[in-house]
Amino acid sequence: MLADSKTFDLRELLRSGGGTAQTRGVWIALILLIAFGLFRYDNFGSQYNVLSFLNFNSMFVLISIGMCFVIMTGGIDLSVGSVAAFTSVVAALLSSHGLIVAVPGGVLAGMAIGALNAFVILRMRVPPFITTLATMLAAKGGSLVLSGAETIGVDWTTNFTRLGMGSAFGTIPWTILIALAVVIVAWIILERTSLGRIVLAIGGGDEASKLMGLRTERAIVFVYVFSGLCAGLAGVILASAFGAGQPLEGVGWELTAIASVVVGGTLLTGGVGSIPATVAGALLLGLIFNILNFENGRGTISLSAYWQSVIRGNFLLIVIVLQAGLLTQRKARSQDG
Amino acid sequence: MTIDPITAPRRWSLPKFDLTTLRQHGGLAALVILLVFNLLVTPNFFELQTLFVNISQVATIAIVAIGMTLVIATGGIDLSVGAVMALSGALAPLIFLSPFGVANPELGLVAAFTLPILAAAAAGLFNGVMVTFLGVQPIVATLILFISGRGIALVLTNGNLQTFTNPAFSFLGTGRILGMPFQGWVALALAILVSWMVRRTVYGRHLLAVGGNEKAARLAGAPVHLVKIATYVMCSAMAGLAGMIVTAINSASDAARNGLLMELDAIAAAVVGGALLMGGRAPIVGAVLGAIVIQLVKFTLLANGVEDEVALIAKAAIIIGAVYLQQTRSE
Repeated sequence: MLADSKTFDLRELLRSGGGTAQTRGVWIALILLIAFGLFRYDNFGSQYNVLSFLNFNSMFVLISIGMCFVIMTGGIDLSVGSVAAFTSVVAALLSSHGLIVAVPGGVLAGMAIGALNAFVILRMRVPPFITTLATMLAAKGGSLVLSGAETIGVDWTTNFTRLGMGSAFGTIPWTILIALAVVIVAWIILERTSLGRIVLAIGGGDEASKLMGLRTERAIVFVYVFSGLCAGLAGVILASAFGAGQPLEGVGWELTAIASVVVGGTLLTGGVGSIPATVAGALLLGLIFNILNFENGRGTISLSAYWQSVIRGNFLLIVIVLQAGLLTQRKARSQDG
Repeated sequence: MTIDPITAPRRWSLPKFDLTTLRQHGGLAALVILLVFNLLVTPNFFELQTLFVNISQVATIAIVAIGMTLVIATGGIDLSVGAVMALSGALAPLIFLSPFGVANPELGLVAAFTLPILAAAAAGLFNGVMVTFLGVQPIVATLILFISGRGIALVLTNGNLQTFTNPAFSFLGTGRILGMPFQGWVALALAILVSWMVRRTVYGRHLLAVGGNEKAARLAGAPVHLVKIATYVMCSAMAGLAGMIVTAINSASDAARNGLLMELDAIAAAVVGGALLMGGRAPIVGAVLGAIVIQLVKFTLLANGVEDEVALIAKAAIIIGAVYLQQTRSE
């Protein structure tokens, strides 16, 4: 059914840059949730809570950004969680050489897996879903082999842990600034470069973009390598912030990332997408957990952490139902016209 | 896409094992290689004991993979099977350990066998309605229950392991008939039943038509929505059954681990068995073969002292290899 709307629509493409009805929903939800938190809990707006919330969620923002690019081409990257675990192990093993080696090492490992994804998808013509499912397993196996199935403590004598635990100017954690930098770069690439337009065009219609003479293969390589880069960076932050390379971490991260992208109004069929809305989606999902903690802190109710996933699932449900409503409306309109 | 003549409805006959079949089923070739390798290398492989151990392990993968193959045949995918397993696996002991179940052991047992399957079927109904009436992509639609299904199971059990002693229920996972584990018989029966359904019933015809070309199927008068919903319901119900089997094997329900990553195993088994992700093919025998291949890879590596971690990489290579072969075949 959704395949019907897969035709390339330039007007739609131009309009999507400025925020559509789909992306507006996530902002409204985010603002309402923040207002609710500020109104209800005393320390919700405190510097400590805001910074630690953003600090923890910077990893999820990063992988969601990478995922957003992949999904805009109509693909999917299930390997991000395993890649993050893998690169956290790589970075931890390299941590004795300091940040100067460990960060590029971890990020390059992530990009290498991204490049492998792109190769299998383009040259072996295996669908993205299956390709990244396989690299997800392979990266998990790789990180377990590399680490001997144990967490790898980082070297505390070097400056490696400063990345995840230190703060710029003594206030803002580096992780937040890194995530912010990646968000801005990704936003510029999507909105202001031809590469970004090609990414959206592929999602709008792969064949049509090829016939238009767009260099689609390069763009597809870019999105998977970029997703690997983001996951690699998240893995390095994981190792640095928690002081250990964790081969068992990252389970379900890919679905959190997909959920963030979907909540942010990006269609899984590709062709439409927004970086800021994806960030908002990631923060929204994180905020649910944050508010749950505050609610438990008040002592009036006691919801176990297990409720978190139930509530997240329901949020996803609401957003998807709203999106589905919008889609059918638009389809009805386009059929009238 | 046209309907593949190999799997299109036809007179019921035993699958032919000649060269064409070998080319059609990359999974079969893999199975033969694995068997020969094990016979030559693995100590004690050619023993009934080994066979039964593997059968008891493979049954749950096969049961879920059969359902997954049906969903994939519609061009969809079901990510929620693992979560549904956790849900039904947690529900069953809750029912027969409840005051009602303890007071009426027989009634409690009947309820413990039926209610979890119904709950799982309800999950499938939810997936199906999302996919059909709301037009949500299958990955996203089933993602909802993937996330919240296990959460519900954990909330129900408060995250605790529920251990129990209930021989009647445990028979599902530990019982034997003619020496073969009971769940092996269940998987076999389901495979035969569903193969028959795909080949010989109106449902099967519609299923392949919907997956082959949904628009054409709708114009031809196939009840597209009904077929899809029924497929998701069946897939979830089978996942629910598999979840109960896992609980019965362990004599304990563990909502955090039951069915974890099962969606990947099931998808891999279906794909290795020859299912096309675009839909239109429902190789049920292939799915069972695929499940056996996946289990044998695990077993082969384990029995020969290769670490579990390396098995993951091998599994990844098998999945890519199987789909790559499919791609070259369809060109």
